[in-house]
Amino acid sequence: MKNGCLIALCVLLAACSSETAPRNTGVYMLLDTSGTYNEELNKAEQIIRYTLSKLDATDSFAVARIDTGSFSEKDIVAKASFDDRPSAVNRQKRLFAQQVSEFVDTADPSPYTDITGGLLQAVEFLNEKGTGNKTILIFSDLKEDLEAGYVRDIDVELEGFEVIALNVTKLRSDNIDPREYLGRLEEWQGRVEKTGGRWRVINDLDGLDGLL
Amino acid sequence: MSFMLGITPWPVASAILWIILIVAALYLIRNTAHNTIKAAAQGLHRSFKVAAKAVTRSEKKLEARNRDVLLAAGREAKERILEREFDRINETVRKDLANYSALHRSLSESIGRIEKDHQEAVDVPPDPPGWVKAVEAVAKMNAQEDRYSVGNILSDIHKSLIKAHKEAMSAYHEASARRHKLLRHMRPDWRRIQQKLTQVGKSVDSLLGRSVTIDRLMQEYEDIVHGQDRAISVLSSSSLVNFFVSAFVLCIAIGGATINFSLIARPMAEMVGGTSLIGNFRTADIAALVIILVEISMGLFLMESLRITRLFPVIGALPDKTRVRMIWITFTILFLLASVEAGLAYMREVLLHDELATSALLRGDVGATATGEYMWITTAAQMGMGFILPFALTFVAIPLETFVHSLRTVVGLIAISFLRALSLMLRLLGNVFLYLGILLKQIYDIPLFVPLWLEERMARSADDDAVLGRVGR
Repeated sequence: MKNGCLIALCVLLAACSSETAPRNTGVYMLLDTSGTYNEELNKAEQIIRYTLSKLDATDSFAVARIDTGSFSEKDIVAKASFDDRPSAVNRQKRLFAQQVSEFVDTADPSPYTDITGGLLQAVEFLNEKGTGNKTILIFSDLKEDLEAGYVRDIDVELEGFEVIALNVTKLRSDNIDPREYLGRLEEWQGRVEKTGGRWRVINDLDGLDGLL
Repeated sequence: MSFMLGITPWPVASAILWIILIVAALYLIRNTAHNTIKAAAQGLHRSFKVAAKAVTRSEKKLEARNRDVLLAAGREAKERILEREFDRINETVRKDLANYSALHRSLSESIGRIEKDHQEAVDVPPDPPGWVKAVEAVAKMNAQEDRYSVGNILSDIHKSLIKAHKEAMSAYHEASARRHKLLRHMRPDWRRIQQKLTQVGKSVDSLLGRSVTIDRLMQEYEDIVHGQDRAISVLSSSSLVNFFVSAFVLCIAIGGATINFSLIARPMAEMVGGTSLIGNFRTADIAALVIILVEISMGLFLMESLRITRLFPVIGALPDKTRVRMIWITFTILFLLASVEAGLAYMREVLLHDELATSALLRGDVGATATGEYMWITTAAQMGMGFILPFALTFVAIPLETFVHSLRTVVGLIAISFLRALSLMLRLLGNVFLYLGILLKQIYDIPLFVPLWLEERMARSADDDAVLGRVGR
């Protein structure tokens, strides 16, 4: 009887103390604010709201803009690591939605598009949070346009990350030569998968069910 | 194969040669083979027979144990019922017959009053009328002498007669009225006596009824004590009924506990966190479950302290003072937990509204965030359920006790049936192996039909020769 109790206690302690892999989710969303794409931000706001509704306690979420130099904390529009208590999570989500809404109303278009810098910032943020699932959403036409002097010829380590390109719009030049559009997608897919990441494209924003 | 068919230049001849050799070999080792098959079959038959006997012995032991358990449970149950019947009789005697002396005095007083009134109500014979003597005097008078005065006398008599008649009638009416009054006074006493006697009759009838019940119960108790088969049969069937009924009620209780769990699991996340885990389970769920289990435990202790159930003999054997204290302590804890649950149910509703409002905001559906006018009804209902369910779960102790007690006998009955089936199967298998041995021997002899036929012929001719030899001698 004593031995049985001892074994049960040990099992219980082992169950309590054993290190379990984190099951929370970290999402980092990059918003392209360059040129005419700035007009698409209302759609981005819908996606952010949808993402907020899908996230739960202890998840992390950050929204950052892509501008001339995106590898900077200053470009983060809103970020939150959700609390453990459901009531606090609801408050955080409402505040987050409000911050994004204010940004969408006041966002200025940026002259350049530094997607790689934003990606680096996203990886750094999510690694720091140490979430179980790491997802980077890129709301952009994926056409990178760097200012002179910016070096972005870097392999971003994306092992364990899922990168989802959203609303990849076709540019006017893409209509003339679709190979440009397909080439951009292929190039980004290659960059992501080369360093161990998973790549997806979702252009139909009505079908966001499988986003997270 | 080709080697076997190649021992002669002709394959058919080789095959025939092989057949002859094999048959010859089989014939030569026939007795040994038969003995081996017989030994193996008999060995298996005996092994299974021994195993079947062992299983049957276990079954008998289990049956005896189950019988003892059934009898003990039945004896205990009957003792409880008898105890309760005696309590009821005691209560009846204490309540109705304790004031028997007062009742007797009341009846005697009523009867005394009736006797007195009856004595007073006796019809008094009227006095003889005064004019009778006057009539006698008139009759004795001389007709010649007093003829004149007779008329006057008769006239006076007539007047007196009328007067006396009036007085007599008046006196008679008065006396009758007094007697009727007395008789009227007697009526409530009669009724009182009748009522009291009816009460006494009812009490006595109740006692007689209870005594009949006790006689029946005592008879059943004696049957159980003597371990009669009828008692065992009754106890066994009632045990099965108790098992299924209590299992059904426990299922309902589990449903109640599940509802209770869903009421408090969500708001519990506010207290212990929504994502922390113990093993593979959410801490909030475990905390909610623990609260419900603690409530059920408190309910069990409360029922034990009230002596409604007898799952823990220690509690039943506590001194009355300690037991009453325990009743109050468990009830207080239960009450506090029920209040906590009501609060959590309210919190759940608040959280739900908050979550719905947030979802609506995220959907951009601001109109949906407005709360309904009658939402307080669901809030109140949830709080009410949160408060009532812990008390309702308290009564789980009763079916649980029945379930636990009947489970022993039901498990025993199932085990007995299993062992009986196993024993039968082992016996069957033993016999199957025995007959399989006989069958194998017969099958072994099939390819040997030619040498066996020859052997039989030879044996028969040898017998015939022996018979002829005996006849010749």
